Amino acid sequence: MAGALSATPSRRDYSLVGRDTQLAVDNGLAAAEWYHTEVPRKQMKELMQRSDGPALRDTIIWLGALVLSGAGGAWFWGTWWCVPFFFVYGTLYGSSTDSRWHECGHGTAFRTQWMNDAVYQLACFMIMRNPVTWRWSHTRHHTDTIIVGRDPEIAIMRPPDLIRVVLAFVGVLDGWHAMKDTVRHSAGIINAEEKTYVPEQEVPRAILIARTWLAIYAATIALALYTGSFLPLMLVGLPRLYGAWHHVLTGILQHGGLADNVIDYRLNSRTVYMNPISRFIYWNMNYHVEHHMFPMVPYHALPRLHELIKHDLPAPTPSILAGYREVIPAFLRQLRNEDYFLKRELPPTARPYREELHNDKAAAAAE
Amino acid sequence: MSDWIEACKADDIDEEDVKRFDHGGRTFAIYRSPDDEYFATDGLCSHEKVHLADGLVMDDIIECPKHNGRFNYKTGAAKGAPVCVNLRTYPVKVDAGKVLIQIG
Repeated sequence: MAGALSATPSRRDYSLVGRDTQLAVDNGLAAAEWYHTEVPRKQMKELMQRSDGPALRDTIIWLGALVLSGAGGAWFWGTWWCVPFFFVYGTLYGSSTDSRWHECGHGTAFRTQWMNDAVYQLACFMIMRNPVTWRWSHTRHHTDTIIVGRDPEIAIMRPPDLIRVVLAFVGVLDGWHAMKDTVRHSAGIINAEEKTYVPEQEVPRAILIARTWLAIYAATIALALYTGSFLPLMLVGLPRLYGAWHHVLTGILQHGGLADNVIDYRLNSRTVYMNPISRFIYWNMNYHVEHHMFPMVPYHALPRLHELIKHDLPAPTPSILAGYREVIPAFLRQLRNEDYFLKRELPPTARPYREELHNDKAAAAAE
Repeated sequence: MSDWIEACKADDIDEEDVKRFDHGGRTFAIYRSPDDEYFATDGLCSHEKVHLADGLVMDDIIECPKHNGRFNYKTGAAKGAPVCVNLRTYPVKVDAGKVLIQIG
């Protein structure tokens, strides 16, 4: 079983300091000029406008639900009644922080910058992503989206390691790596890959935050030992594991199974229609092509942006289920042929892909 | 001292907005503040050379369209990650309905 699902050695070198890093530079894929749909300046200005209202409303609901579900879980601790409360608490803690981290990192959720910063710091702690190193890794992700050797945030590399994908739903490996990174950063160590995208002057802040977090986790563990109860860890730390499922469920669909080494977001990103609860948790990042093409547009304006430019984009995936119906077979096929990918079809109204800018071999592997 | 160069008409730029101006192989960004004052900076973000004229002006801030890096367009000051290097600013004046910038 493990042999069937495990990755064979990849011909792609995903290291940020390896062979494909130089190849991406040589092929003009690093810091390239990406395709954008034309949107009149007046309309784009309207879409980019910032407002505190929607994010304040959503943050009050989010924090209120966190407090209530956490209190409910603690109140019913020791009985089965705590399970639904911790299900909600964990999802809000371990999944909705993925989108809060992301949107506030872009600085688009709120108009008021300190509000973006405050929610960013809180969400980073909960999702266990160092706010300094991850800000810079995400900057690179937007510069070189799914460019092998350049993008540090390629969630599923080819051929896909499906055991790792499954484990991500319960946060086991992510949590382990996050704790190792926190300890490493606390010791003042920034690795070679991080040095390629984190400026030197930012390093002391990354170290300070890691040390602060380590102190918080140490205090939580001490409290658990002192009280002889697992409860403190159910409220701080572990929800990153047992609540990770939703952000992995939605995150895999962002780029999973699509082209790599192309400079057109319509080819390597996926827009998926989702239910309102998932969109609240995910802060509309299901409009992922739109987000990558225009990262200045706040999450609450993405549905309007989608309506404006959908004539130039591949048809959106109609649901999460439909997304997995195409992604899972693509992953299985990539186990045998890592060059295989899902090629997006454009509507007749769209401007065509510039095939000459895409990897010829990869294009041939697609169907 | 360099000559003043005509960049655009004053009403080519909406209030709280920005316009691109190319001259002599260089690119600049011309801003009109909410207080109806005009300013000019280098046109490309100091982070990854993206045209700031595609970005968003909010009060005295220009936000880069690619990575949301923020600058004070009146002073050129970088306001935080991912921008670390200030923008160069240029003197601006409005004369007979035209925006003139002095390129050093």
